[in-house]
Amino acid sequence: MSLINYASREINCKLVYYGPGLGGKTTNLEYIYEKVAPASKGKMISLATETERTLFFDFLPVDLGSIRGFKTRFHLYTVPGQVYYNASRKLILKGVDGVVFVGDSQIERMEANIESMQNLYDNMVQHGYDLTRLPFVIQYNKRDLPNAAPVAELQQNLNPGWPVEDPARQRQTVDPDRPGEFLIEQVDGVWMERVPYFEGVAVRGDGVFDTLRAISKLVLKSLG
Amino acid sequence: MNHAASWSFHEEDARRISGRLETFLVEAAARTAILVDRTGQTLATVGEPPTFDPVAFASLTAADFSANDQLARLLGEEEFGALFHQGERESLYLADVARRVILVVLFDTRTTVGLVKLRVRPVVRELTDIFQQMFEREDTHRPQVDAGFVGEASDEIDKLFGR
Repeated sequence: MSLINYASREINCKLVYYGPGLGGKTTNLEYIYEKVAPASKGKMISLATETERTLFFDFLPVDLGSIRGFKTRFHLYTVPGQVYYNASRKLILKGVDGVVFVGDSQIERMEANIESMQNLYDNMVQHGYDLTRLPFVIQYNKRDLPNAAPVAELQQNLNPGWPVEDPARQRQTVDPDRPGEFLIEQVDGVWMERVPYFEGVAVRGDGVFDTLRAISKLVLKSLG
Repeated sequence: MNHAASWSFHEEDARRISGRLETFLVEAAARTAILVDRTGQTLATVGEPPTFDPVAFASLTAADFSANDQLARLLGEEEFGALFHQGERESLYLADVARRVILVVLFDTRTTVGLVKLRVRPVVRELTDIFQQMFEREDTHRPQVDAGFVGEASDEIDKLFGR
């Protein structure tokens, strides 16, 4: 949590949508903007090129209303996905409270996904943040396309898990959104943790709010 | 969780800062002073209430300052400590405070950038001291919400985002 403003009674949480270019990050925000009640959303800002590619970021504030006397708001940001915009991408991660990685399911985009995920880890480290200890979810977008890779393959490449070193957390933990699957489990004798993932078709809204709900709740939990 | 950058802003902090900024606005004949943190959140607004969307303004201010910070580094400078955006009627002067906060001064043709710059320097020094003390305080007391907050907020999320 970057800031609790007791003077203005406000809590703002920063969520960043990360991922490869043309993967659907902006589409996620546009869908949220379209569907959230007018009273709960602010102005959406897009710093984009003339061809509508994100140049710096998109920004959308979403209001939860007043909770226990605190006006609670989520600031949703996207980053530019294209590789050569790394300098501006890194800036947006400053003060991040939760990350959504929007992966492109198309098999041809696997390399771009992997590169973007690596870039996310690197940029977080440069800010001094540990992605394995921060609210983090993945959305596999474009599930409707015929060339979409199987989810298992995407998981293997983008969400292989990391070892759980804290003995208190070394226990089988069910994925609440996927009965029968686990977020923490033993693999070959080692306790491994994966982040929650969602399948999406952002252009028609599938998975968009499931993803947003999951990351928002993880961020709120981290405040308590 | 990673809480390295966590801090909180209290009413007594706001009072101390507002008092100093009100004096500054009179001295500089400027309209409004806004404090924005580097992640894009407004901390305090003093003077004439702005007519624009304050949330969007704060987010763009932080992005603007961060981008210029990187430009400075490309030039071999540690930072550009201040930025000036000149409009026909309305202008902005932005100054770094303790590397984590930005002081934004809105002014119009009733004053000059020279006067604003002159008056802002001592304010920035004082604010830097005040904020340093605030950040040090957070090293020992991590801000936390009360126990019921997370449950209530979670219910609101379900209502707003469906389920």
